[in-house]
Amino acid sequence: MKPFQFIRPDSADTALDAISAENAKFMGGGTNLVDLMKLQVETPDSVVDIHRIDMGGFSETEESGLRIGADVTNTALANHPKVRKDYRVLSEALLSGATAQLRNRATTGGNFLQRTRCYYFMDTTRPCNKREPGSGCAALDGPSRIHAILGASDHCIATHPSDMAVAMAALDAQLHTRKPGGENRTIAATELHRLPGDTPNIETVLDSDELIESVTLPQPIGGTHIYRKVRDRSSYAFALVSAALVLKIHDGKIETVRLALGGVAHKPWRAAKAEKCLAGAEANDENFRAAAEAELADANSKGDQTFKIELTKRTIVAALSEAADRENAA
Amino acid sequence: MNDIIKGKWIGKPLDRVDGPLKVSGEAAYAAEHDIDAAIGFIVESTIANGSVSSIDISKAEKVEGVIAVLTHENAPKMKPWGDGADDRFQQSHGVLVDAAIRHYGQPVALVVAETLEQARYAAILISVIYDEKTPKLGIDRDDSELADGIDGGLEETNRRGDFEKAWGESDLTVDLNFTTPHMIQAAMEPHAAIAEWDGDRLTVHNSTQVIDWGVGCLANTFGIDKNNIRLLSPYIGGGFGSKLGQHYETILAAAAAKKLDRPVKVVQTRRNLFHDGPHRSRIEQRIRLGATKDGTLKAINFETWSTQAIGHPFTEGPMASAANAYRCDALHWTGKTRETNETINDSMRAPGEALGGITFEAAIDELAEKVGMDPLEFRLKNEPAEDPASGKPFATRDLVDCLKKGAEAFGWDARPKEPRSRMEGRKLIGYGLASAIRGNMMMEGSCQIDLSSSGHLTVRMDMTDIGTGTYTILTQIAAEALGLHPDDITVELADSDNPTTSGSGGSFGAGTSGSALWNACIAMREKLAKAGGFNIDPDGIAFDEGAMQAGDRSVPLRDVLKDSDGFSAEGSIEPGDEHDDYVQNSYGAHFCEVAVDIDTCEVEVRRFVSVFSAGRILNRKTARSQCLGGLVWGIGGALREELWLDERTGGYVNRDLAEYHLAVNRDVPQCEVIFLENPDPKSNPIGTKGIGELALCGAGGAIVNAIYNATGKRVYDLPVTLDKLM
Repeated sequence: MKPFQFIRPDSADTALDAISAENAKFMGGGTNLVDLMKLQVETPDSVVDIHRIDMGGFSETEESGLRIGADVTNTALANHPKVRKDYRVLSEALLSGATAQLRNRATTGGNFLQRTRCYYFMDTTRPCNKREPGSGCAALDGPSRIHAILGASDHCIATHPSDMAVAMAALDAQLHTRKPGGENRTIAATELHRLPGDTPNIETVLDSDELIESVTLPQPIGGTHIYRKVRDRSSYAFALVSAALVLKIHDGKIETVRLALGGVAHKPWRAAKAEKCLAGAEANDENFRAAAEAELADANSKGDQTFKIELTKRTIVAALSEAADRENAA
Repeated sequence: MNDIIKGKWIGKPLDRVDGPLKVSGEAAYAAEHDIDAAIGFIVESTIANGSVSSIDISKAEKVEGVIAVLTHENAPKMKPWGDGADDRFQQSHGVLVDAAIRHYGQPVALVVAETLEQARYAAILISVIYDEKTPKLGIDRDDSELADGIDGGLEETNRRGDFEKAWGESDLTVDLNFTTPHMIQAAMEPHAAIAEWDGDRLTVHNSTQVIDWGVGCLANTFGIDKNNIRLLSPYIGGGFGSKLGQHYETILAAAAAKKLDRPVKVVQTRRNLFHDGPHRSRIEQRIRLGATKDGTLKAINFETWSTQAIGHPFTEGPMASAANAYRCDALHWTGKTRETNETINDSMRAPGEALGGITFEAAIDELAEKVGMDPLEFRLKNEPAEDPASGKPFATRDLVDCLKKGAEAFGWDARPKEPRSRMEGRKLIGYGLASAIRGNMMMEGSCQIDLSSSGHLTVRMDMTDIGTGTYTILTQIAAEALGLHPDDITVELADSDNPTTSGSGGSFGAGTSGSALWNACIAMREKLAKAGGFNIDPDGIAFDEGAMQAGDRSVPLRDVLKDSDGFSAEGSIEPGDEHDDYVQNSYGAHFCEVAVDIDTCEVEVRRFVSVFSAGRILNRKTARSQCLGGLVWGIGGALREELWLDERTGGYVNRDLAEYHLAVNRDVPQCEVIFLENPDPKSNPIGTKGIGELALCGAGGAIVNAIYNATGKRVYDLPVTLDKLM
């Protein structure tokens, strides 16, 4: 671990000053960043802790949605009454991730910016285009059970490990950021992360000096919320595949469907093709399977993760079936 | 049979006597002793085979706080790896002796600094250039040789009966190939050591299961007399076999302390440990079984192929599960191995039976199904009258009792008769069972006890408590034998200055150390009886509540002690003829229910009922905890754990506890543990048998058999992850 300067600004302005220094990184909970610093994967010269900045916590937006300060912990977010009631898929996603201790520390902004769990990314002795552009990808020919089946490239087959961000993508959440000089912008959760292409080292659309200040959720849309996470053990494991689903059925037909997938790609994967198949369709297993097939039509894998293509389809169908059963029972 | 044990203290579910120290943080583990030590940080090799052609430490040496960087060019003289003893635990474990690299992760340097942060930073500034050769990795049946013995005392081959004949006479056969994966012990406390020299005398605080072997290893490594070494390991955060021997942290701490003439501490990081501690190696197993139509088991042939690390002879034998289990006309086995550049392969909890308890018990189930018999009935029918592997009599045998009692407690009658025939919602439900058998071993041990004039007893031996409860059961044994209250007893363990015992491993610790203590207490009873004026056989005197009583005469111990200098006694134990003449095992039976998601194939273990017979139970609480731990390991082994070897490098890729999946709380259901408390007089004076590994044996077997019952699918390549059921 390289020595670094630890800065604890008490306002967004001073934080943005600090982040302008060369090779500086924001730190939320530090549950991922600090681990990676110990492994020499992250080597910032300065770490800018956001905890003393007032990020506003929770409030209702003008559109009757929910505003969440970027420093809100995963525990607080998962247990917020409005999240439990109106954005249940988000609460379930958060509670399916990590451990209580980690959730107590991890932040909303930081969760979006988790790095991949790819073994080779975390091992500085092996080539990794994400960690060291141009060095190659050791995962392509190595053990790769946890790797991508959608949107990967010859340069990188890593997946994004977050559960929270998958639910945020399904819910059409928006991130609100700020840059030095006071420039603000709003980024859709579905647009935050990039596919790897030939620059897997560039993971998001954020600039290096851009601070996530808050996340907003739109007006609640009701429906049945399900976060189905399939993993290699029943707790404290990253998703092999996960599905964040909001489903509304009216008269046997699908009125609203929002579906995002985790564990399958370099980013939380909004399943637009499946949603298109399902919109207005009869809620039955045949249509669910057809939607899953459509979404995975371009799935691709040569390695250990190939089983995840079929697993993803089954997970989608299982989540849709369960949600439909609950909708029909309601 | 031992008539002195009335069960006043022995058997009671006494809380751990060391519990308050542990939960309050006062029990000092290896890295926690208050010694002003410099801190060492290991730099690992990034190749598995070849040599260091050059190493540049100049930048590291300039880092503030760095005291020294040890490499093969400047390390104190150590004997080459393997010198000095045939025994792999006591041979030299010299490191940085030369430039050669035998396995991935082997230390190429140790940075020593004032703080961990300084050492860790300097470590990344070291650059190493290797002369790399292609590593020899993995199992290759054509490039394997017969093992030189199988761990646990088995021969590498067994040829009892005529297999070809028995196979030919079988109406129904199975011929199955299994693989079990690389795994790791993953004890909670990482390997750690603090070493200090005073002239030629070396003192080491570390985390080690067998003190005497550790002293032997240090003596052979540094070429010094065993009497010049003091090794202490009073509190140990789990071992599971990974701390049977001495590892790089201890050798490097001692080497650096010698070079610097100041104490040095080295703690292996979790990631280090995946390469620089031992692990369990992948094994390929071919199991052939034959039976007649009526369900009589005729033939067993068990072949294994595995690997061993260079200079570290060790072959694990899953065939151990077949050795003493069921009657048959012929029982053959062969264990082959291949020396490779893999990291050190050595004992992991229940070596042999942990694996055979899955594979062999699955094969038995498959044969029972072919015969058309319930797997319980098939096992009961093939109960042997004598040991199938050797023809010797059993010391005790109560596998049938375990199976019957377990079946009843579990409700085996309600088992789905056909595979894939029961559903609850989207879950397939299945029941499975397996037998548990684990060899009962006995070692040599001795003990010193001192009863002070104030009536306080101190027990001394070099025995270890690896978290199993040894301090507590020894306290109970002494309390029972001498009629003392546990509060009046102090047990001092894991110091090489104390009398030598077996240490902890192979489930032999409690029986060996407990018997040595028992014999010391018997000697003490004689002395006290004599001092108390009793002229009868001390066995006829009741020692209870701090007094000796026989007939109408009662003498308080304080009356004997008050004007004395106290009393001392010694006791020892060694395996007797009964360990040669009889086959000694602990037994058990596992029953479990699983639910398998029909969509995603996730497996949930819903409940376990397990019955164990391990002789006299010394403490029903710690014994139960041992068994629960074994069941948790069974779940991990059957469903979760697999180290992924990167065959391009010889390193493991999932080197942390987030990606190497041990079973977690949510994986473990309610588990019912039932003991048949049958003291075994042929085992040792206190009638105990090994318990620490028993519950793991067969636990995974019951799970994989239940998965078959639920899904109709057998998985031969362990662990049973969901993709293999899709």
